[in-house]
Amino acid sequence: MPLFYEIEIRSRLLLGTARYPSPAVLAEAVRRSGTDIVTVSLRRETAGGRQGGAFFELIRELGVRVLPNTAGCHSVSEAVLTARMAREVFGTDWIKLEVIGHQDTLQPDVFGLVEGARILTGEGFQVFPYTTDDLVVAERLLEAGCQVLMPWCAPIGSAMGPQNVQGLRAMRAEFPDVPLIVDAGIGRPSHATTVMELGYDAVLLNTAVAGAADPAAMAEAFAKAIDAGHAAHGAGMLEPRDMAVPSTPLIGKAVFS
Amino acid sequence: MKLTINGEEHELQATTLAELLQRLEFEGDWLATAVNGELVRKADRVDHRLQDSDRIEILSPMQGG
Repeated sequence: MPLFYEIEIRSRLLLGTARYPSPAVLAEAVRRSGTDIVTVSLRRETAGGRQGGAFFELIRELGVRVLPNTAGCHSVSEAVLTARMAREVFGTDWIKLEVIGHQDTLQPDVFGLVEGARILTGEGFQVFPYTTDDLVVAERLLEAGCQVLMPWCAPIGSAMGPQNVQGLRAMRAEFPDVPLIVDAGIGRPSHATTVMELGYDAVLLNTAVAGAADPAAMAEAFAKAIDAGHAAHGAGMLEPRDMAVPSTPLIGKAVFS
Repeated sequence: MKLTINGEEHELQATTLAELLQRLEFEGDWLATAVNGELVRKADRVDHRLQDSDRIEILSPMQGG
Protein backbone atom coordinates (compact mmCIF):
# COMPACT_ATOMS: atom_id res chain seq x y z
CA MET A 1 0.00 0.00 0.00
CA PRO A 2 1.26 3.52 -0.72
CA LEU A 3 2.59 5.80 1.98
CA PHE A 4 1.14 9.26 2.42
CA TYR A 5 3.71 11.18 4.45
CA GLU A 6 5.00 7.93 5.94
CA ILE A 7 1.51 6.73 6.88
CA GLU A 8 0.56 3.46 5.20
CA ILE A 9 -3.04 3.66 4.02
CA ARG A 10 -5.42 0.71 4.11
CA SER A 11 -7.60 1.67 1.15
CA ARG A 12 -6.92 3.33 -2.18
CA LEU A 13 -10.24 5.14 -1.97
CA LEU A 14 -10.43 8.49 -0.18
CA LEU A 15 -13.99 9.66 0.39
CA GLY A 16 -15.49 13.12 0.74
CA THR A 17 -18.16 13.65 3.37
CA ALA A 18 -20.32 16.32 1.67
CA ARG A 19 -23.70 16.18 -0.04
CA TYR A 20 -25.03 12.93 1.43
CA PRO A 21 -28.78 12.72 2.03
CA SER A 22 -28.21 12.18 5.78
CA PRO A 23 -25.45 11.53 8.31
CA ALA A 24 -26.59 7.88 8.52
CA VAL A 25 -26.15 7.44 4.77
CA LEU A 26 -22.72 9.05 4.96
CA ALA A 27 -21.70 6.67 7.74
CA GLU A 28 -22.91 3.64 5.80
CA ALA A 29 -21.11 4.80 2.63
CA VAL A 30 -17.86 5.22 4.57
CA ARG A 31 -18.19 1.70 5.99
CA ARG A 32 -19.04 0.05 2.68
CA SER A 33 -16.24 1.90 0.86
CA GLY A 34 -13.62 0.44 3.18
CA THR A 35 -11.87 3.83 3.20
CA ASP A 36 -9.70 4.93 6.06
CA ILE A 37 -9.38 8.57 4.97
CA VAL A 38 -12.24 11.05 4.65
CA THR A 39 -12.10 14.71 3.71
CA VAL A 40 -13.69 17.31 5.96
CA SER A 41 -14.00 21.08 5.99
CA LEU A 42 -14.56 24.09 8.25
CA ARG A 43 -17.38 26.60 8.13
CA ARG A 44 -18.73 29.43 10.23
CA GLU A 45 -20.54 28.19 13.31
CA THR A 46 -23.67 29.93 14.55
CA ALA A 47 -23.90 31.19 18.12
CA GLY A 48 -25.09 28.38 20.35
CA GLY A 49 -24.84 26.05 17.38
CA ARG A 50 -23.98 22.38 17.75
CA GLN A 51 -23.84 21.35 14.08
CA GLY A 52 -20.08 21.22 13.92
CA GLY A 53 -19.89 19.19 17.10
CA ALA A 54 -22.43 16.65 15.88
CA PHE A 55 -20.52 16.15 12.65
CA PHE A 56 -17.23 15.92 14.51
CA GLU A 57 -18.63 13.16 16.74
CA LEU A 58 -19.92 11.24 13.72
CA ILE A 59 -16.48 11.27 12.11
CA ARG A 60 -14.81 10.22 15.35
CA GLU A 61 -17.16 7.26 15.68
CA LEU A 62 -16.26 6.10 12.18
CA GLY A 63 -12.67 5.67 13.29
CA VAL A 64 -11.13 7.02 10.10
CA ARG A 65 -8.29 9.44 9.48
CA VAL A 66 -9.38 12.94 8.44
CA LEU A 67 -7.95 15.05 5.64
CA PRO A 68 -9.18 18.61 6.20
CA ASN A 69 -9.54 20.78 3.11
CA THR A 70 -9.38 24.48 2.31
CA ALA A 71 -12.35 24.27 -0.05
CA GLY A 72 -13.77 27.53 -1.27
CA CYS A 73 -10.60 29.53 -0.63
CA HIS A 74 -9.74 31.85 -3.50
CA SER A 75 -6.56 33.39 -2.10
CA VAL A 76 -3.36 32.13 -0.52
CA SER A 77 -3.99 34.04 2.71
CA GLU A 78 -7.49 32.56 3.07
CA ALA A 79 -6.23 29.04 2.39
CA VAL A 80 -3.29 29.35 4.79
CA LEU A 81 -5.47 30.68 7.62
CA THR A 82 -8.06 27.96 7.00
CA ALA A 83 -5.30 25.33 7.13
CA ARG A 84 -4.04 26.70 10.46
CA MET A 85 -7.58 26.68 11.87
CA ALA A 86 -8.16 23.15 10.58
CA ARG A 87 -5.03 21.91 12.32
CA GLU A 88 -6.27 23.47 15.54
CA VAL A 89 -9.62 21.66 15.31
CA PHE A 90 -8.72 18.32 13.76
CA GLY A 91 -5.30 17.87 15.31
CA THR A 92 -3.59 16.72 12.12
CA ASP A 93 -0.80 18.15 9.99
CA TRP A 94 -2.50 16.84 6.87
CA ILE A 95 -4.19 19.45 4.70
CA LYS A 96 -5.83 19.16 1.31
CA LEU A 97 -4.78 22.50 -0.14
CA GLU A 98 -7.25 24.06 -2.53
CA VAL A 99 -6.75 27.53 -3.91
CA ILE A 100 -9.53 28.07 -6.42
CA GLY A 101 -8.66 30.16 -9.44
CA HIS A 102 -11.70 30.02 -11.70
CA GLN A 103 -15.30 30.44 -10.65
CA ASP A 104 -16.98 28.20 -13.24
CA THR A 105 -14.50 25.33 -13.57
CA LEU A 106 -13.14 25.51 -10.00
CA GLN A 107 -9.75 25.11 -11.63
CA PRO A 108 -6.96 25.54 -9.09
CA ASP A 109 -4.93 28.74 -9.06
CA VAL A 110 -1.68 26.85 -9.45
CA PHE A 111 0.48 29.92 -8.74
CA GLY A 112 -1.29 30.48 -5.43
CA LEU A 113 -1.19 26.75 -4.78
CA VAL A 114 2.60 26.59 -5.00
CA GLU A 115 2.94 29.67 -2.80
CA GLY A 116 0.50 28.29 -0.23
CA ALA A 117 2.20 24.89 -0.25
CA ARG A 118 5.56 26.53 0.44
CA ILE A 119 4.19 28.51 3.39
CA LEU A 120 2.37 25.54 4.90
CA THR A 121 5.17 22.99 4.55
CA GLY A 122 7.39 25.57 6.24
CA GLU A 123 5.01 25.42 9.20
CA GLY A 124 5.14 21.63 9.38
CA PHE A 125 1.98 20.89 7.42
CA GLN A 126 1.84 17.81 5.20
CA VAL A 127 0.21 19.19 2.09
CA PHE A 128 -2.01 17.29 -0.35
CA PRO A 129 -2.30 19.83 -3.17
CA TYR A 130 -5.37 19.83 -5.43
CA THR A 131 -3.68 20.58 -8.73
CA THR A 132 -3.94 20.06 -12.49
CA ASP A 133 -2.01 17.54 -14.58
CA ASP A 134 0.61 20.19 -15.47
CA LEU A 135 4.05 18.65 -15.01
CA VAL A 136 5.85 21.92 -14.34
CA VAL A 137 3.40 22.86 -11.60
CA ALA A 138 3.84 19.37 -10.15
CA GLU A 139 7.60 19.86 -10.10
CA ARG A 140 7.20 23.19 -8.29
CA LEU A 141 4.88 21.62 -5.73
CA LEU A 142 7.46 18.94 -4.99
CA GLU A 143 10.13 21.62 -4.66
CA ALA A 144 7.80 23.40 -2.21
CA GLY A 145 7.84 20.31 -0.04
CA CYS A 146 4.76 18.35 -1.12
CA GLN A 147 5.23 14.58 -0.98
CA VAL A 148 1.85 13.73 -2.50
CA LEU A 149 0.18 15.20 -5.60
CA MET A 150 -3.53 15.28 -6.33
CA PRO A 151 -4.29 16.14 -9.96
CA TRP A 152 -7.86 16.61 -11.14
CA CYS A 153 -9.10 14.52 -14.04
CA ALA A 154 -12.06 16.84 -14.75
CA PRO A 155 -13.72 19.78 -12.95
CA ILE A 156 -14.94 19.15 -9.38
CA GLY A 157 -18.38 17.55 -9.29
CA SER A 158 -18.61 17.35 -13.10
CA ALA A 159 -18.64 13.52 -13.25
CA MET A 160 -17.01 13.80 -16.69
CA GLY A 161 -14.24 11.34 -15.95
CA PRO A 162 -10.67 11.56 -17.27
CA GLN A 163 -10.47 14.34 -19.87
CA ASN A 164 -6.75 14.06 -20.51
CA VAL A 165 -5.64 10.46 -20.13
CA GLN A 166 -2.36 11.21 -21.87
CA GLY A 167 -1.64 14.00 -19.38
CA LEU A 168 -2.31 11.69 -16.44
CA ARG A 169 -0.14 8.99 -18.04
CA ALA A 170 2.70 11.49 -18.50
CA MET A 171 2.42 12.59 -14.87
CA ARG A 172 2.65 9.01 -13.66
CA ALA A 173 5.69 8.41 -15.85
CA GLU A 174 7.37 11.65 -14.76
CA PHE A 175 6.92 11.01 -11.03
CA PRO A 176 7.13 7.24 -10.57
CA ASP A 177 7.91 7.45 -6.85
CA VAL A 178 5.48 10.19 -5.77
CA PRO A 179 2.10 9.06 -4.44
CA LEU A 180 -0.46 10.33 -6.96
CA ILE A 181 -4.15 10.62 -6.15
CA VAL A 182 -6.73 11.58 -8.75
CA ASP A 183 -8.93 14.15 -7.06
CA ALA A 184 -12.04 15.56 -8.69
CA GLY A 185 -14.06 14.86 -11.81
CA ILE A 186 -14.71 11.14 -11.48
CA GLY A 187 -18.33 10.16 -12.08
CA ARG A 188 -18.39 6.40 -12.50
CA PRO A 189 -16.50 3.37 -11.24
CA SER A 190 -15.14 2.80 -14.75
CA HIS A 191 -13.49 6.24 -14.59
CA ALA A 192 -11.76 5.21 -11.37
CA THR A 193 -10.64 1.95 -12.95
CA THR A 194 -9.17 3.88 -15.89
CA VAL A 195 -6.95 6.07 -13.73
CA MET A 196 -5.92 3.14 -11.53
CA GLU A 197 -4.95 1.19 -14.66
CA LEU A 198 -2.60 4.09 -15.44
CA GLY A 199 -0.83 3.35 -12.19
CA TYR A 200 -2.30 5.99 -9.91
CA ASP A 201 -2.06 5.21 -6.22
CA ALA A 202 -5.51 6.26 -5.12
CA VAL A 203 -8.68 8.13 -5.99
CA LEU A 204 -10.52 10.82 -4.03
CA LEU A 205 -14.28 10.88 -4.60
CA ASN A 206 -17.24 12.71 -3.20
CA THR A 207 -20.12 13.66 -5.47
CA ALA A 208 -19.99 10.44 -7.49
CA VAL A 209 -20.86 8.52 -4.32
CA ALA A 210 -22.92 11.08 -2.38
CA GLY A 211 -25.06 11.92 -5.41
CA ALA A 212 -25.82 8.32 -6.38
CA ALA A 213 -29.31 6.94 -5.80
CA ASP A 214 -27.78 4.48 -3.31
CA PRO A 215 -24.55 6.05 -2.01
CA ALA A 216 -23.48 3.06 0.10
CA ALA A 217 -23.85 0.64 -2.81
CA MET A 218 -21.96 3.06 -5.07
CA ALA A 219 -19.18 3.38 -2.51
CA GLU A 220 -18.72 -0.38 -2.59
CA ALA A 221 -18.82 -0.41 -6.41
CA PHE A 222 -16.08 2.21 -6.49
CA ALA A 223 -13.96 0.25 -4.01
CA LYS A 224 -14.13 -2.82 -6.28
CA ALA A 225 -13.42 -0.76 -9.41
CA ILE A 226 -10.38 0.85 -7.80
CA ASP A 227 -9.01 -2.52 -6.68
CA ALA A 228 -9.62 -3.96 -10.16
CA GLY A 229 -7.79 -1.10 -11.87
CA HIS A 230 -4.88 -1.37 -9.47
CA ALA A 231 -4.60 -5.13 -9.93
CA ALA A 232 -4.76 -4.73 -13.71
CA HIS A 233 -1.94 -2.19 -13.65
CA GLY A 234 0.21 -4.63 -11.71
CA ALA A 235 -0.70 -7.54 -13.98
CA GLY A 236 0.55 -5.89 -17.20
CA MET A 237 -2.10 -5.10 -19.78
CA LEU A 238 -2.06 -5.71 -23.52
CA GLU A 239 -1.63 -2.78 -25.84
CA PRO A 240 -4.36 -2.29 -28.47
CA ARG A 241 -3.67 -3.69 -31.96
CA ASP A 242 -5.00 -2.62 -35.33
CA MET A 243 -5.82 -6.14 -36.61
CA ALA A 244 -7.60 -9.16 -35.15
CA VAL A 245 -5.54 -11.88 -33.52
CA PRO A 246 -7.35 -15.22 -33.20
CA SER A 247 -7.51 -16.35 -29.62
CA THR A 248 -8.11 -20.01 -30.45
CA PRO A 249 -5.00 -21.73 -31.89
CA LEU A 250 -5.30 -22.76 -35.55
CA ILE A 251 -2.86 -25.69 -35.29
CA GLY A 252 -4.69 -29.00 -35.64
CA LYS A 253 -7.89 -27.40 -36.90
CA ALA A 254 -10.06 -29.89 -38.84
CA VAL A 255 -10.46 -29.35 -42.60
CA PHE A 256 -14.00 -30.24 -43.73
CA SER A 257 -13.82 -29.49 -47.39
CA MET B 1 -17.56 48.07 21.09
CA LYS B 2 -18.21 47.13 17.50
CA LEU B 3 -17.16 43.61 16.50
CA THR B 4 -17.61 41.76 13.24
CA ILE B 5 -18.32 38.12 14.06
CA ASN B 6 -18.49 35.67 11.18
CA GLY B 7 -19.21 38.54 8.82
CA GLU B 8 -21.98 40.15 10.89
CA GLU B 9 -21.58 43.34 12.86
CA HIS B 10 -22.37 43.23 16.58
CA GLU B 11 -22.38 45.89 19.26
CA LEU B 12 -21.35 44.29 22.53
CA GLN B 13 -18.78 44.33 25.27
CA ALA B 14 -16.25 41.56 25.79
CA THR B 15 -12.74 41.93 27.18
CA THR B 16 -11.27 38.72 25.81
CA LEU B 17 -12.04 36.26 23.05
CA ALA B 18 -12.85 33.57 25.62
CA GLU B 19 -15.38 35.89 27.24
CA LEU B 20 -16.98 36.64 23.88
CA LEU B 21 -17.38 32.94 23.08
CA GLN B 22 -19.00 32.34 26.44
CA ARG B 23 -21.34 35.31 26.08
CA LEU B 24 -22.51 34.14 22.66
CA GLU B 25 -22.84 30.52 23.86
CA PHE B 26 -20.20 29.08 21.57
CA GLU B 27 -19.19 25.86 23.29
CA GLY B 28 -17.16 22.81 22.46
CA ASP B 29 -13.67 21.56 21.75
CA TRP B 30 -14.22 21.65 18.03
CA LEU B 31 -14.18 25.42 17.47
CA ALA B 32 -11.37 27.27 15.73
CA THR B 33 -11.01 31.02 16.11
CA ALA B 34 -9.22 33.78 14.25
CA VAL B 35 -9.05 37.52 14.91
CA ASN B 36 -8.20 39.92 12.10
CA GLY B 37 -6.95 37.10 9.90
CA GLU B 38 -4.69 35.50 12.51
CA LEU B 39 -5.32 32.18 14.23
CA VAL B 40 -5.97 32.43 17.97
CA ARG B 41 -5.36 29.05 19.55
CA LYS B 42 -7.77 27.67 22.09
CA ALA B 43 -5.24 28.06 24.90
CA ASP B 44 -4.68 31.72 24.01
CA ARG B 45 -8.32 32.83 23.96
CA VAL B 46 -8.36 33.71 27.65
CA ASP B 47 -5.49 36.16 27.18
CA HIS B 48 -6.50 37.52 23.78
CA ARG B 49 -7.91 40.99 24.43
CA LEU B 50 -10.45 42.28 21.94
CA GLN B 51 -10.40 45.75 20.45
CA ASP B 52 -12.98 47.89 18.72
CA SER B 53 -13.52 46.92 15.05
CA ASP B 54 -11.96 43.46 15.46
CA ARG B 55 -13.01 40.93 12.84
CA ILE B 56 -13.59 37.52 14.43
CA GLU B 57 -14.08 34.20 12.69
CA ILE B 58 -15.48 31.23 14.60
CA LEU B 59 -15.41 28.01 12.59
CA SER B 60 -16.39 24.42 13.24
CA PRO B 61 -16.11 21.11 11.37
CA MET B 62 -18.34 20.59 8.38
CA GLN B 63 -18.79 18.08 5.61
CA GLY B 64 -16.29 18.56 2.81
CA GLY B 65 -15.03 17.01 -0.40
